Amino acid sequence: MKHRINWLGTVGAITAVGALVLSGCSTASDTPSPDAAGELTPITLQLQWVAQAQFAGYYAAVDQGFYEDEGLDVTIVEGGPDIVPQDVLAAGDVDYAISWVPKVLGSIEQGANITNVAQIFERSATTQISFKDQGIETAADLAGKNVGSWGFGNEWELFAGMQQADVALDDISLIQQAFDMNAFLSGDIDAAQAMTYNEYAQVLETVNPDTNELYQPDELNVIDWNDEGTAMLQDAIWANADQLESDADYAANTVKFIKASIKGWIYAGTNPEEAAAIVTAAGSSLGQSHQLWMTNEVSKLIFPSENGVGLIDDAAWANTVDIALNTKNETGATIITTEPPATAYSNEYVQQALDELTADGVDVKGADWTPTEVTLNEGGN
Amino acid sequence: MPTQTERTAPLNRGALGVPELRVPHRRSTVVRPRLRAGVFGLAGLALLGLVWELYKTVGPADGVVLGGVTVLPRTTDLAMPHLAVMFERLFEPVTGAASALPLWQAVLAGSLFTLGIAAVGWLVGVTVGLALALLMQRLRLAESAILPWIILSQTVPLIAIAPLVRRWGAQLQFGEFTWESWMSVALIASYLAFFPVSIGALRGLGSPDANHVDLMRCYAVGWWKILWRLRLPASVGYLLPALRLAAVSAVVGSVVAEVSIGLRGGIGRLIVEYAGAAGGDPGKPWAPIFGSILVGLVAAGFVGLIGLFLRRFRRGEVST
Repeated sequence: MKHRINWLGTVGAITAVGALVLSGCSTASDTPSPDAAGELTPITLQLQWVAQAQFAGYYAAVDQGFYEDEGLDVTIVEGGPDIVPQDVLAAGDVDYAISWVPKVLGSIEQGANITNVAQIFERSATTQISFKDQGIETAADLAGKNVGSWGFGNEWELFAGMQQADVALDDISLIQQAFDMNAFLSGDIDAAQAMTYNEYAQVLETVNPDTNELYQPDELNVIDWNDEGTAMLQDAIWANADQLESDADYAANTVKFIKASIKGWIYAGTNPEEAAAIVTAAGSSLGQSHQLWMTNEVSKLIFPSENGVGLIDDAAWANTVDIALNTKNETGATIITTEPPATAYSNEYVQQALDELTADGVDVKGADWTPTEVTLNEGGN
Repeated sequence: MPTQTERTAPLNRGALGVPELRVPHRRSTVVRPRLRAGVFGLAGLALLGLVWELYKTVGPADGVVLGGVTVLPRTTDLAMPHLAVMFERLFEPVTGAASALPLWQAVLAGSLFTLGIAAVGWLVGVTVGLALALLMQRLRLAESAILPWIILSQTVPLIAIAPLVRRWGAQLQFGEFTWESWMSVALIASYLAFFPVSIGALRGLGSPDANHVDLMRCYAVGWWKILWRLRLPASVGYLLPALRLAAVSAVVGSVVAEVSIGLRGGIGRLIVEYAGAAGGDPGKPWAPIFGSILVGLVAAGFVGLIGLFLRRFRRGEVST
């Protein structure tokens, strides 16, 4: 009997320690800072990838206390290769999610009732890059080449560009691209998909074995889908449509959340060094120069903003929907088959946020914004 | 009428093969094979490194391509960095940031994190696996009903369920307890780990000779006592390889699930994050791979330790 009691005691102790550790973990992140007036509303934001400067504005808004100023206690939930932010949002696990419009349009058609409440990135960052000697300057030149794509919803701008230039999918050989640019660097891929803020920089951080120096931008041709006219809307803030309808507090918080997020992005745009450091401190292990490059490049997607950061441009939305309806992939499928419902986007909340910010004297267009010059180091370090 | 102890006492020796039946090893014959195994292990490692460097030196830069299919990889510094590059990289800081740790330290921290999750997954998996094996051993009906499902369970693609498990978990909440993402990873690790244990333990529990079991029954010994005195000791030889397999599966499951949901802190996350540096910093993506090898070795070594404690039962160990 004595043995059993000891045994029970051990289990009890382990359980108690475990509970302490667990509660320690959760309270550390949940505790609002003491200087905030009143109770903060807990809000969770689901990202579409792990922490990196692509989300600098949100991290800056947390770090600078912009969310707290609005009475929100925002927890940023990182994504991962298999995390689908719009599904997490539609399942009600988070309050807001960041995702690309074309990816979400498909989910909406399949029943996810969510709304684009702020189109943070006004421009697309997707490009198709190639070495100069390949002579690939426009989508038409892709015919007969090995063309890389990540797939999983990242391929539509490329396919739309090709379709517009009358290059059929059979005319190219489509190659599945990995997380790194090695296939491009070793010549397996002639034209590789590259985000201006990430993979393009990865190439420029690599030593060219022929010159023993880093690859230079003038050695590369870049097909920019913004110029080709097949750009689709990318990082947007998505909210739960049902909840916007039924829950007045959630609707009010949405305005506050957008307002503070825009302030975060303005901070990141004007203080790229600090914003990059904030993202690194938040747990990103990207190299220093790479992080700064990314901060600067995503700011270029936002500023200068035509109508104010986050406002959804009807024409750009219509263009994205049009491509989603009419571009066929290798199996002949399109992203969506019918027009998305009216709830798919709304300017109601972002407009209110912009009005409030403008009333506070904040420049929400950044007309005078200029990017900084970032020097990339080998390996992005 | 004999007492309970008198009845079972002779069995302890004869049926179970406790120490006095074991052929006594002289110390030197025990130590020497172990030493030899260690030397061979290191030699194998050195050979692997040698083959790597040799192929890199003599292999064609564009790899060996047969009929349009690459059978051997490229030998460029990008595809196959020198071993020295990988090791030197370990001692440089992760990034240029002033606060950056040396790479080996970051990878070690990630390895410990993953090891912890894998250990939780292993414990849960082993518990569930043993419980299922006991149930199936006790009830023939349970074996017929459960065994096909256990085998079927391993055909579910892990990648597909990792985000689902995380989402289901996120909806769980009992009072103060909330489901954390690392628990989803541990759950997936246990999902892989329980399988070899349940199968191995079932075989082990059924391994005693029928006449030994019959003898036990003649003495009117209950199921629990047969289990404790006969079946469990007999199953050790089957269980240890299963536990080792479970340990390695738990590590693989943890890393894969970490990659899948991007869980911060572990080896899987480092693999995802360092992949982008493959071009500009070719040594860096190899560091977390070394880390995961280390975790696998430690996990397997831990099971080896369990084996040391159970060595008096390890007769005729089978390898599965």
